[in-house]
Amino acid sequence: MIPLEHVIGLSALLFAIGGVGALTRRNLIVILMSIELMLNAANLAFVGFARAWGGSAGQIFVLMVIVVAAAEVAVGLGIVIALFRNRESMNVEDVSLLKW
Amino acid sequence: MLLAAIVKTLFIIGVAVGAFAPVITWVERKQSAVMQDRIGANRADIGGVTLLGLLHPLADVLKLLSKEDVVPLGANRVMHLIAPLISAIPAIASFAVIPFGGIYHFGDSTWNLVVADLDWGLLYIFAISSLAAYGGVIAGWASNNNWSLLGSLRASAQVISYEVTMGLSVVGIFMCFATLRLTDMAVAQDSTFRVLGFLEHFGWVSSLGALGHLTLPKWGIFLQPLGFVLFLTCVMAENKRPPFDLPEGESEIIAGYHLEYSGMRFGLFYMSEFIEVVVIAGLLTAIFLGGWSIPWLPQRTLIGAVTPVFGTGFATGLCMVLHVLTFFAKVIAMIWLQMQIRWTLPRPRYDQVMDLCWKIMLPLSLANAMVTAIVILALQGRAA
Amino acid sequence: MSGPQLFFYLFGAAAVVSALGMVLNVRNTVAAAMCLVVTMISLGGIYVVLDAHLVAALQIMVYAGAIVVVFLFVVMLLNLRRDAFPPERQRVTKALGVGLAIGVTWDFLRRMPGALPTAREVAPDFGGYRAVGRALFLEYPLPFEITSLLLLGAIVGAVVLAKRRLD
Repeated sequence: MIPLEHVIGLSALLFAIGGVGALTRRNLIVILMSIELMLNAANLAFVGFARAWGGSAGQIFVLMVIVVAAAEVAVGLGIVIALFRNRESMNVEDVSLLKW
Repeated sequence: MLLAAIVKTLFIIGVAVGAFAPVITWVERKQSAVMQDRIGANRADIGGVTLLGLLHPLADVLKLLSKEDVVPLGANRVMHLIAPLISAIPAIASFAVIPFGGIYHFGDSTWNLVVADLDWGLLYIFAISSLAAYGGVIAGWASNNNWSLLGSLRASAQVISYEVTMGLSVVGIFMCFATLRLTDMAVAQDSTFRVLGFLEHFGWVSSLGALGHLTLPKWGIFLQPLGFVLFLTCVMAENKRPPFDLPEGESEIIAGYHLEYSGMRFGLFYMSEFIEVVVIAGLLTAIFLGGWSIPWLPQRTLIGAVTPVFGTGFATGLCMVLHVLTFFAKVIAMIWLQMQIRWTLPRPRYDQVMDLCWKIMLPLSLANAMVTAIVILALQGRAA
Repeated sequence: MSGPQLFFYLFGAAAVVSALGMVLNVRNTVAAAMCLVVTMISLGGIYVVLDAHLVAALQIMVYAGAIVVVFLFVVMLLNLRRDAFPPERQRVTKALGVGLAIGVTWDFLRRMPGALPTAREVAPDFGGYRAVGRALFLEYPLPFEITSLLLLGAIVGAVVLAKRRLD
């Protein structure tokens, strides 16, 4: 079977890539996609642990995470569309009115 | 094991993609011609022999192969290339779980005539067909063309909307057969039920008497007629079949996301649409029309009737051949139905298509699921 | 290495490569979205290898088949041009950030083997839709209902946000 360490290692790697993407990129949509990648990495960790230790709680949590991610994408992209209508720009550095 | 899987894969893909899909292009032309009181395409010939126009698919393929492969200026070449592939591969991959025959025992070997007997077979079909959405989405964007982009936008919104209702409309069937495995569904539909049996079941009539002989095969279409209509509509809209072909709206946005595709790239889109027709027909057959089962003649009865005369091996073989032929006959009937619907109904407007999904299909699917649940509980409550 | 293990490493490699492709793809947002799709399909494949069939089907149906399509829809709707972003500045900060991420991940991967409890036997119908469905409706009905409320809130929120003001 697949060693649990490998599954969790892959999950950590994907999470790190998603984290770097969310913090480094300036395109709003790519930031949202990197957040989705981080959620997917968390899902992989849940499924890996569920597979190693049995029980259905892991998979139930994965379903909840998928639902939350879908809701977040819907609302996030709504915000992006509303922002784009006002500023004509997808650059996150242009949305800095509240910055000190 | 692996050899059996490869042989079954080659058989179903050879028949569906190699034999059915080209013939469907001919059926489309001839059936529309008959419906519209004209002759249709019948000029393609080899040495003066026209086979009622059956050579036209061959002529089409030759024409498409010999056309210049054009990629528009400013288009993304990689995306332009892979979009037809993304359309075609899920269509062909859907054949993996559709059972074209039952389970037959020849001595100690068992033949299960399905390429992959997944426990979650129907979910696999939904997952794969949701991936086919990317073909239409990417094709339009990659073409650097406003009309293609419009076609892509329409395609993406339509496909993901109808995915939802497609899943919900078969919830009633899941409840009736208590399984997602298509082979189990086909086996469950291999029996009959008394049409007026519910009267005796609920005690409203003490005994049915002669009317008890009025039986129907336990097909999904008789158990879930509304589910059949809903699923048919949703799966046709999901695969962008006419009358839901606004993404390729021929009269409004020229050819939608097909616009900048010529030669064999367009041929691949064209073929994947007709492979989807066969997939839809196969799905409808497996879920609603009893799959490979012969109506009113269960497998056991058939084998039991033939065995005393010819022996078990021959009986099982004959049964297998008859079942496969029945499956393909039902698939042909469903293809005919889709062609009829295509050439009868006009194309609705885009907001009408979206309204149909969210305001009519979704509540009806939920109501169907609820009513099915109530009826199943009532019948079980009586039986217990 | 058995078949399932080979598939796990293949899908894992595909997931990492396409995740990198998504994050590093500076010019082309649609190509980044397609890389994300490849990542999600690879993760779906990994779930199948880990015997979590229902989760795999839902991952591909919902995540790869609907969520990223919505991303692509928005990108195409807003018709982003490729030269919308000036060239990157702050090279040092980015390098520091990437270095920190690599350092933390390396530390985690170094500490992990041996720190996890040993695997147990799982039920034979683990990951099948019956077991998960039964658990969802019998043991966890409250999260189920709460997520339905969450989805309702998300639908209303998305409609309100994206609606054009009629004044």
